Amino acid sequence: MSEVDLSVLERSAVRNDLSQEEIAIKVRDFRLFYSDKEALKGIDMDIPQNKVTAFIGPSGCGKSTLLRCFNRMNDLVDGVTIKGSMELYEEDIYRKGLDVVDLRRRVGMVFQKPNPFPKSIYENVAYGLRIQGMNNRRKLDEIVERSLKRAALWDEVKDRLDDSAFGLSGGQQQRLVIARAVAVEPEVLLLDEPCSALDPISTLKIEELIHELREHFTIIIVTHNMQQAARVSDYTAFMYLGEVVEFGDTDTLFTKPTKKATEDYITGRFG
Amino acid sequence: MAKQHSVKDWFDSGSPWVWLNAGGVAVSVVLVVGLIMLIAARGLGHFWPAAVFEASFTNQAGQQEVLIGEIRESESVKVDRLREAGYSLEGKTGDLIRYQIKTGNRDVVGLDFRFALEDELADREYPEDIVVMERTEWGNFYGYLVELRQGDKLVATEADAHRFDALEELMERVDDLRADMHKIEKGAIGRVNYGMERLRLETRELELDGKTPETAPAAYAEIAEGRAELDAEYKVLESKLSELYHAINRDSVLMRVMDGRTVEIELSKVVRIYRPNAYNLFQKIGHYGSKVWEFLADDPREANTEGGIFPAIFGTILMVLVMTVLVTPFGVVAALYLREYAKQGTVTRMIRIAVNNLAGVPSIVYGVFGLGFFVYFLGGAIDQLFFPAAAPAPVFGTPGLLWASLTLALLTLPVVIVSTEEGLSRIPRAVREGSLALGATKMETLVRVVIPMASPGIMTGLILAVARAAGEVAPLMLVGVVKLAPSLPLDGNYPFLHLDRKFMHLGFHIYDVGFQSPNVEAARPLVYATALLLVLLIIGLNLAAVSIRNRLREKYRAMEH
Repeated sequence: MSEVDLSVLERSAVRNDLSQEEIAIKVRDFRLFYSDKEALKGIDMDIPQNKVTAFIGPSGCGKSTLLRCFNRMNDLVDGVTIKGSMELYEEDIYRKGLDVVDLRRRVGMVFQKPNPFPKSIYENVAYGLRIQGMNNRRKLDEIVERSLKRAALWDEVKDRLDDSAFGLSGGQQQRLVIARAVAVEPEVLLLDEPCSALDPISTLKIEELIHELREHFTIIIVTHNMQQAARVSDYTAFMYLGEVVEFGDTDTLFTKPTKKATEDYITGRFG
Repeated sequence: MAKQHSVKDWFDSGSPWVWLNAGGVAVSVVLVVGLIMLIAARGLGHFWPAAVFEASFTNQAGQQEVLIGEIRESESVKVDRLREAGYSLEGKTGDLIRYQIKTGNRDVVGLDFRFALEDELADREYPEDIVVMERTEWGNFYGYLVELRQGDKLVATEADAHRFDALEELMERVDDLRADMHKIEKGAIGRVNYGMERLRLETRELELDGKTPETAPAAYAEIAEGRAELDAEYKVLESKLSELYHAINRDSVLMRVMDGRTVEIELSKVVRIYRPNAYNLFQKIGHYGSKVWEFLADDPREANTEGGIFPAIFGTILMVLVMTVLVTPFGVVAALYLREYAKQGTVTRMIRIAVNNLAGVPSIVYGVFGLGFFVYFLGGAIDQLFFPAAAPAPVFGTPGLLWASLTLALLTLPVVIVSTEEGLSRIPRAVREGSLALGATKMETLVRVVIPMASPGIMTGLILAVARAAGEVAPLMLVGVVKLAPSLPLDGNYPFLHLDRKFMHLGFHIYDVGFQSPNVEAARPLVYATALLLVLLIIGLNLAAVSIRNRLREKYRAMEH
C-alpha cells in the first residue's frame, strides 16, 4: 500500500470500548453448514450501533458468508442450514414467520462488484422506494437527491439523472449502489468488499463515504485490505477457518493483537 | 537452419483450416445471393412491357400463317433432338434457337403459347399499332384495333389517327365505373350482408332461448326494423349497381387477331390497354411501376394467375403478428418457470429434452394436430358454447386465422423457450441479489430487472420463430389457409379483427399458382415474383426484430462483464 490516509488513522486512535456501545446485532453460537460442511463454527459477537465493524481474514475464512447471514442472502443458496441465533435489536432474524423482505429493507447490502440495474440513475436510486409502493414524484425526487448527496455522487450526476447508470465509471457505480441502498433508510448497511473492483482514487472516495455514513447507519464491512480496515473501522473482527479469532477495538487489534494467529495475519506472515 | 517449405509445415501452420472455413462462408454467401438473384431476375422481369412482334410463320408442312406475340423464352436445341420430334430440317447441323412465344387470345385460338424455331419465323416486325389488352378473363389479348364503339355509335375506325386517344378516354371512364362498382360490392354491400347475417343470428338466438314473437315482441320488432333498414339500403345499392353495370357495358372494341378474324371485346372486360411497341423508355418504366404496384396492392384475378397478391401479403403478416402475440407470453412464462422457479433435477431435464424434441417434429404433424385438436375439438366446443345460433355452420369449428396462428405458435414455442432460458441464464447473479437485497420479492426482481435484461434473448427467440413461421406452408393448408379468401381478416365491420376467417398466405400462394393453377405456363413468372416477395417479407420482418434486439442489447450491454 503506497498511500495511507494518515489523518484517518489518527482519528481512529481514539480507543473504542465495546461495553460502552449500544448493540445492534447479537450473534450467539451461530453455525452455518453447506450441506455437511460447517462453514461457520459457533460465532459469538456483538455488532455495535452506528459504528463501523470490519471483518478481515484470509480467503475462505467465512467472513462474506457471515455477512450474508445478516440479511439472510444465504437463503438463496441451496443446501444451507443454520443453527444458533442472530438478533437484530432483540428480534431473532431466523425465527419462523419472519418477513425476509422486510428484514432486507432494514439491512441493506452493497456487493463486491458494482451492480446497478439497467435503468436510469434516478430509477436505480428510486428502485427500493418504488418496490415499497412509493410513487409520489416529489417525495421520490427529494429522497433520490438526499441519497445521492449522502453517497457523495449528487454533484457528479445531478445533470444527467435520466441517463443510464451504465454510463457511470466503476467508482461512481459503486457509490450509486450505496445511494440505492441508503435510499430505503436501512438500519444496518452491509458492505461486501466494496472497493475490491475499484481503482485507488475511487477507493478513497468510498472510504471517506463510509466515515460519513457511520453517523446514520450501523456499518459492517468485509475487506481483504487490512489498511482499509484500519482506516475505516471502529471495531475489527479477525476470522479464520469459520471462527472469530479475535474481535475488538480496531486500534488495539492492529497494534496489540492478543492472539498469535491475528498477529501472523496482520503482519503478513500468512493469508 | 534453412527454412523449409513442406506440405507438412503448411498444414501445421493452420492455413488449410482457415481456407476451409473461409471456403465454407464463401459457398454460403454465393448460394444465398445466387438464390435471391435468380428469383429476382425471373420474377421482376415479368412486369416489364415486352415488345410484341408480328411475323410470318412457316411450319414444317409448308403452311404459312401470321403470328403476333411476345417472346417469353429462347433456348438452343440440338438438331438431332428436333429431328426425333418430327422436324425434317434438311442440311442443318448443330444447335437451333427455339422461342416460346406468348400469343395470348386464348378465347380465340385455344392456347396461350406457341413454339417456333428461329428459321420458321420470317419478316419479323414490331408495328406500333399492335394493342395488348389485359382482361378480367381469358388472359392477354394481342391484335389490331379495327373499330371503337360507344354504345351503338361508331367512334373511330382503323383509319382514324385519333383512335387510340379515344380508346384511352373510354377506358378511363370504364376504370372509374369499375372502381365505383368495387367500392359498392366490397364495401357497402359487404357491410349490409354482414349486418343481415348478424340479424339472422340474433333471431336464431331468440328462438333457441324459447322466445317467440308473442313472448318477446320488442326484440323481434327491433330485429325486423333493422332488417327493413338494411333491406332498403340494399335495394338502393342494388339499383345503383345495376345502373353501373349497364353503364360499364356500353363500350366495346372490334379487334383483328393474327389470323385475320375480327373479335368484339367489351371494354368492361378489359383491365389495361397498352401498345408496348409505341412506348418510349419512360413510358415503359411507368408501366413497370404500375404493374408492380398492381401486383403488391391488388386482389388476384383469374384463379390467382393475374392481378395482385395483396390479400396473401396481408394474411401472411397478420398471421405472423397474431402468432407472435400468442407465442411470446407462453414461451416466456414457460422459460421463467423452468429456469427460475422449478427445482433443477431430473424432471426439469426431461422437460427440456421434450421441448427440444418438439422443435424437431415435422411441421405437417403440427398441422394434423392443429386440425384435430384446435379446429375440431376446441373450435367445436367454442361453437357449441358461444355460437349455438350459427349451427350447423361452424364459426370457430373450421380452419381459420386463429387456429393457424395457434398451430404455428405451438410449432415455434420451443425456440422461444430455449432462447429465453438462454437469456435468463446470462443475467449475473449480482444483479438479482442487488434487487433482493433492497427488499424486492423474487417476482418483483423478475419483473423489474431480470425480464428486461433477458429481453434481447427473448427477441432472439422471436426472430427465429418469425423466420420459421412466415415460411411455413404445410401445416397452414390444414388449419386455415385457402386459395382465395373472399374477405380480409381485418376490416371495418365490428369486431374488426376476424380471427375465425380463412386467409391467404404467400407460401401457399406460390404452391397454388405454380402447381394448381389452370395456366401454369403463364403464371410461372408470378411464382418467382411471389417467392421473391416472401423472401423479402421474411427479411423485412427479421430486420425489424433484429434492430429491436440490437437496441435492447445496447441498452443492457454494460452488464456483460
